[in-house]
Amino acid sequence: MASELGLKAKDFKTDQEVRWCPGCGDYAILAAVQGFMPELGIPREDIVFISGIGCSSRFPYYMNTYGMHSIHGRAPAIATGLSTSRPDLKVFVVTGDGDALSIGGNHLIHALRRNVNLTILLFNNRIYGLTKGQYSPTSEQGKITKSTPMGSLDFPFNPVSLALGAEATFVGRTLDSDRKHLTTVLRAATEHRGTSLVEIYQNCNIFNDGAFDLIKDSDTKGEWIIPLEHGSEVRFGADNSKAVVRDPGNGALSVAEDVAPGDPRVVIHDAHSADPSYAFAISRLSQVDSRLSAMGVFRDVSRPSYDDLMNDQLDAARVKAEASNGTDDAALQSLIYGADSWTIQ
Amino acid sequence: MSTEVQQLDRVVIRIAGDSGDGMQLTGDRFTQETANFGNDLSTQPNFPAEIRAPAGTLAGVSSFQLHFADHDILTPGDRPDVLVAMNPAALKANLQDLPKGATIIVDTRDFTERALARIGWSANPITDGTLENFTVHALDLTQLTLDALADTELSRKDAGRSKNMYALGLLSWMYSRPTEGTLKFLREKFAKNPDIAEANITAFKAGWNYGETTEAFGVSYQVKPAVLPPGEYRNIAGNLALSYGLIAGARRAKLPLFLGAYPITPASDILHELSKHKRFGVATFQAEDEIAGIGAALGAAFGGALGVTTSSGPGIALKAETIGLAVSLELPLVVVDVQRGGPSTGLPTKTEQSDLLQAMFGRNGEAPVPIVAPQSPSDCFDAAIEAVRIATVYKTPVILLSDGYIANGSEPWKLPVVSELPDLTVEFLTEPNGTGAEDGVFLPYLRDPETLARPWAVPGTAGLEHRIGGIEKADRTGNISYDPDNHDFMVRTRAAKVAGITVPDLVVDDADDDAKVLVLGWGSTYGPIGAAVRRVRRTGTSIAQAHLRHLNPFPANLGEVLAHYERVVIPEMNLGQLALLIRGRYLTDVVSVTQVRGMPFRAAELADMLQGVISNGE
Ligand SMILES: Cc1ncc(C[n+]2csc(CCOP(=O)(O)OP(=O)(O)O)c2C)c(N)n1
Ligand code: SF4
Ligand SMILES: [Mg+2]
Repeated sequence: MASELGLKAKDFKTDQEVRWCPGCGDYAILAAVQGFMPELGIPREDIVFISGIGCSSRFPYYMNTYGMHSIHGRAPAIATGLSTSRPDLKVFVVTGDGDALSIGGNHLIHALRRNVNLTILLFNNRIYGLTKGQYSPTSEQGKITKSTPMGSLDFPFNPVSLALGAEATFVGRTLDSDRKHLTTVLRAATEHRGTSLVEIYQNCNIFNDGAFDLIKDSDTKGEWIIPLEHGSEVRFGADNSKAVVRDPGNGALSVAEDVAPGDPRVVIHDAHSADPSYAFAISRLSQVDSRLSAMGVFRDVSRPSYDDLMNDQLDAARVKAEASNGTDDAALQSLIYGADSWTIQ
Repeated sequence: MSTEVQQLDRVVIRIAGDSGDGMQLTGDRFTQETANFGNDLSTQPNFPAEIRAPAGTLAGVSSFQLHFADHDILTPGDRPDVLVAMNPAALKANLQDLPKGATIIVDTRDFTERALARIGWSANPITDGTLENFTVHALDLTQLTLDALADTELSRKDAGRSKNMYALGLLSWMYSRPTEGTLKFLREKFAKNPDIAEANITAFKAGWNYGETTEAFGVSYQVKPAVLPPGEYRNIAGNLALSYGLIAGARRAKLPLFLGAYPITPASDILHELSKHKRFGVATFQAEDEIAGIGAALGAAFGGALGVTTSSGPGIALKAETIGLAVSLELPLVVVDVQRGGPSTGLPTKTEQSDLLQAMFGRNGEAPVPIVAPQSPSDCFDAAIEAVRIATVYKTPVILLSDGYIANGSEPWKLPVVSELPDLTVEFLTEPNGTGAEDGVFLPYLRDPETLARPWAVPGTAGLEHRIGGIEKADRTGNISYDPDNHDFMVRTRAAKVAGITVPDLVVDDADDDAKVLVLGWGSTYGPIGAAVRRVRRTGTSIAQAHLRHLNPFPANLGEVLAHYERVVIPEMNLGQLALLIRGRYLTDVVSVTQVRGMPFRAAELADMLQGVISNGE
């Protein structure tokens, strides 16, 4: 699709050879992002991709925008400085499950809590790809990898739950191979002011092949994907007979089978609910049965973004000073003089 | 009553008490009175790392030392001529620093058996002869303060709190200080609480009157104003001067300043200070940790701001990887390290110069970083501007190595004129820089032939979209490159860029031009070394002194300077870090003099040591 600026997907391609393994899910995500960029209507020079380290973090090299391939885990911090000091830019962060949730976990939760103006694309392949296949903080317990020959011991993070716990204002989940869904969620994420986090299930066909097959295979995906659409009943399965229902007694959510049309227990998805616990409860359904995956926008609420608040303070200070103690060289001179200067003749 | 007035050329006073007693505030006020009077001065606060260590304990003692004179001076003084001790612990903690004949003013209030036993004194030192070598004024300052405030509504506890002002009043009388400033200060500070303001003022005046009207003291002193170069002056501490230097540097570069920082002693003051100056386009970001602090600063630098991060040794260790990224990205960044005692948490509130090698080498790979060090509190201003210059001209991270001694110490500062500071205007690239066959192409790593700096092209500039990263880049294009020759070239080029930074030649002070021994220092040892050199010269012995502002690269004439002297002595508050660099670089077998007591060198001790080196050589 061409934008008002006349940009096309190919304008976002660079002359650099893409070096992911053939068949890697990263290709599909790159194509989807390049394809959807023109829709943003933002000139290429005002877009910046910042990444950490990992296979996924090579992403900026392939985007013909401004970009920085930084260091492991630190992209949210670097992007925070860029975004707050340059509110005119559209800043994306590209990160992996190890990058975002292991070494960079601290920066991620703080970016989310501050609600910095960033769109974070978290490529979750549930493995460390670039370092050749160690388990990651999203790998299922018991995972056999090079570093865990008897199975991994740690309990995994659910990135959506984690982000909601950090009170993220926008949290979505999508899949590398479903271009349409991916584009829809990305569009909503980029339109959001504040931090938006999109977990993208991504297949690493070399070290963790098939991790998402259940929700990719056309025979099974209907059974295991819980589609989230704001304002619609949360139903899935053959003939939409399964649904997420709310216990009228304690408010707990669960999945029920053979739910009749019009059953009042069926949850109507509300991404704009001010209280994050509803979205959190949806995200926890996968903990009950790890094959289940809610997909779509979990939460999309508005809260002032850190950048806007900071720039409001800067503006307010300047405006106030212009009417009083000034902002020019003379004002700086008098600051330096202070209240207690003296003259030596 | 008529008291005798004695003329002195200089005095060192130390005020000590519990950390809750307001000793720093008292010291600050006395300093300001002294500055207003026109003496040259130098101060040194000394406080515990604990916010409120238990009252009456040695660990809780906080002190403030002020040296003032009728001539120019370089240090806060080795040993106090006068100690004001507000409790037994303050007396005990400071007694060993007093020279014979020193004056002690001590509040006797807490000299109970229990309080004395608590700090290991079995008898009362005031009466048991411990203080026989000193002139002692033992007063119940607390009671005197309570008496002075008897007519007020204040509780005894609140009234007793004003005893620091009583002591300040007494000192102000003793040294004939002007008092209007303090009275005005107290009114303003307690504007919301007029009762407290009045109590403090009453206590202050009562202290003054006590000196004037009782016979206890008999003598008061005068230290005439110093003859300093004409100009406007103020008293300033290093962290404040450094903050102003960063603001002024950003202004002269015409860049917004973005500070990313995580609180840490003794650097937090800079974060606090810069946070107050949003009107000058100064954005401050208190990050979740030091790594995020520098990361955000680097992100802002990518966007065209002057990125700054401030910390101390432990935080600089955390920032190492990001400094390396900045070296690779070749973006301007100012990294301030206000050094403190190490390793690990070390001595948070004490000074040391032990991060020089960390600054120089504390990164993976060949990652050269220019290093600039201020030499005194007011010099932090100029050093900060110099760091901004190097960062922006050479597109490189720069480490500014201050330390706790000059960060918290203060001295009079001859004020600069903002519009006369160096013009550091930065030009962003706005058009593709390729020529010939590459016309219209942007080459992010095409260098300025003179500085070897690459262009600064910021997001938002159409036609210059580009990607940079920590992976080795091909020369000129900046694309990923694993080519062996390219890597060799890039490593050497980055090194050559830093080595080629233009820095002023080292100036040697060799007053008689016949010295055989050179004493070489860097950073905050400037004052103590200078004072020691004066002592040596007063004995008729020649000695040369030189002080390095630039630790990387060294001034171009350093080798020549070193070769000119028979012996080179390097005093440092570490175990010989500059000495190691000088030996390695110039093969000069320097005499390394080291001390890591968390305190600056004493001028007298340093002078003795220098005399020793000079006579050994003969
Ligand atoms: C400081 C540091 N530690 C370790 C590494 C090695 N390392 C590179 S990528 C990576 C993990 C990447 O995993 P993930 O973020 O999931 O990305 P993926 O490759 O799977 O896309 C590690 C451990 C590094 N580059 N830097
Ligand atoms: S290792 Fe896995 S994640 Fe990395 S490029 Fe190959 S397939 Fe993709
Ligand atoms: Mg991964």
